Amino acid sequence: MAELRYFEAVTQALQEEMARDDRVFLFGEDVGLVGGTFRCTEGLMAEFGSRRVRDTPIAEAAIVGLAIGAAITGMRPVAELMTMNFAIVAMDQIVNHVSKMRYMFGGGVKLPLVIRAPAGGGTQKAAQHSHCIESWFVNTPGIRVVIPATPYDVKGLLKTSIRSEDPVLFIEHENLYSTRGEVPEEEYLLPFGVADIKRPGRDVTVVAWSRMLPEALKAADMLAREGIEVEVIDPRTLDPLDQDTILSSVARTHRAVIAEEGWRNVGVGAELAARIQEHLFYDLEAPVQRVAAADVPTPYARNLEKLALPDARDIADAVLKITL
Amino acid sequence: MAIPAASQLKLYKNMLLMRRFEEGAAEGYADGFIGGFMHLYIGQEAVAAGAISSLNHDDYVIATYRDHAHALARGTPPEALMAELYGRETGVCKGKGGSMHFYDGSRYFVGGYAIVGGHLPIATGLALGIQMRNEDRVVMAFLGDGASNQGVFHESMNMAKLWDLPVVFLCENNFYGIATAVGTSSSYNEIHRKAQGYGIPGRVVDGMDVRAVRAACDEAVRYARQGSGPVLLEARCYRYQGHSMTDPGKYRSQAEADLWKKRDPIPRLARQLLEEGIATQAELDAAQVEANRIVEAAMQYAERSPEPSPAALYEDLFVENTFHG
Repeated sequence: MAELRYFEAVTQALQEEMARDDRVFLFGEDVGLVGGTFRCTEGLMAEFGSRRVRDTPIAEAAIVGLAIGAAITGMRPVAELMTMNFAIVAMDQIVNHVSKMRYMFGGGVKLPLVIRAPAGGGTQKAAQHSHCIESWFVNTPGIRVVIPATPYDVKGLLKTSIRSEDPVLFIEHENLYSTRGEVPEEEYLLPFGVADIKRPGRDVTVVAWSRMLPEALKAADMLAREGIEVEVIDPRTLDPLDQDTILSSVARTHRAVIAEEGWRNVGVGAELAARIQEHLFYDLEAPVQRVAAADVPTPYARNLEKLALPDARDIADAVLKITL
Repeated sequence: MAIPAASQLKLYKNMLLMRRFEEGAAEGYADGFIGGFMHLYIGQEAVAAGAISSLNHDDYVIATYRDHAHALARGTPPEALMAELYGRETGVCKGKGGSMHFYDGSRYFVGGYAIVGGHLPIATGLALGIQMRNEDRVVMAFLGDGASNQGVFHESMNMAKLWDLPVVFLCENNFYGIATAVGTSSSYNEIHRKAQGYGIPGRVVDGMDVRAVRAACDEAVRYARQGSGPVLLEARCYRYQGHSMTDPGKYRSQAEADLWKKRDPIPRLARQLLEEGIATQAELDAAQVEANRIVEAAMQYAERSPEPSPAALYEDLFVENTFHG
């Protein structure tokens, strides 16, 4: 096992897949010469050349459209959007085109493409640079939504995404890039639609992904000192969703908390809470709790931002609310 | 380069088929077989017929929501297209796309798209794929005049020139984006001049003259194919009907429409073929009978075809649906 940082796991996955399949190529804003704003593509232009690692103009809609067209010709494009905030500029391409084409063309086209983008707030980037909007895309049929939290999951799932015959939105997190984790030396791939129980526990199930996973694990440590054993589940992919692992955990613990960094109103947590009550209404000992961002644009001031975004303390409080 | 006689007769037959197909579709719509939005191509036939005749069979064609004629020109069987309009499982997209979303990958017709300009970055990406794969192909991307005011049009032009991609952008300027005239929506009335800002050759062509369209596209396709980069062509033409089936088109004067109809591309080519001895009146008459027969047969086929089965609702969303095995 080697210890890698999250961004290095991205780089390794890209490097290995590019070396394995010459149809794979990368493009986006500043991905080439400088190796990406978050260093994810460092060294790849030097290794694979400027045709396969291509700096593009700042034109997010066209970047996604390029991926679609290139995929139709038989390439396997990996487009980087510098941040998820810019995916909003490309919404028409992602929602109206990427996600609709295979179905509306009666299965006539396949789009093996990956759109990578880092999301998230927490470092005073204010309203237009702090989005966690995975719920928008989970609400859109036709695109896979992969959202890993650890270097191990990043590498295994990014390789699977690149080999997928379907379009994938691969959401990274800006504040996780420097986190470390063990990654095997040998090749491995992780399947879509398989949640990972990151910490087993008998008293309450916490479902958390992306940056909320380390926060949930922190909360679990805090609660363990008070004698509460939390089971932490990371779905890792939100489309497809491994509903079974979540439901069977809640069936055992009878209590559930869902933690997400995105907004609370109509968030992914709302969907998961609905599914849990649909299937397990009579098994629940307490109402399902949601921990999420305050429904305001992310503020700049440090204290306000901290109030707006959820953290380990909020998750612990939600657990305590239904376990005491 | 002169267009061979056989090709000219074929262009004539193609335009007749397009027009008769649209007339048949209008009947099917009036009879309640076809729903939703449907945009007819009547009046603009010279553009799709002429342009697509310039292409090799494996060049890509990408189109807007006004896409019936482009698929026909590519050779997609009319019965599969009519069945698509009727929402039947024998349709070219199994009844899931309808009028605005024809697709025939086997003929490199990669779709009709219903967000104005939204397909232009895809066209650019097709050309990027061609270039990266070192293939001898080009992309012919049709767009309307309205699309030239969209942001992605400009993003696409910029990238296409930046990397000298093999794509011909063919703007079918019919002078109206639904009801809004080009003069009230575009800083340039002459849309081909927008190419200048990107260092791309821009040309205007008479879109009511199929020979002129063919000649201009031959040149543009040759330019793109040899690696010189993109071209923007502006074919000036006129749709005789409203924007869609529900648009009576009251924003245009009868005098204006009459003026354009005098330049109708079908009788125009008929006259030229007769005068130049390329075809006889009997051949032209036979072509009309044949177009009528094909469309009638397509409508009967569509009507006879079954609707998609309920099981089809969840099919064709993803290629890979299993993840646990």
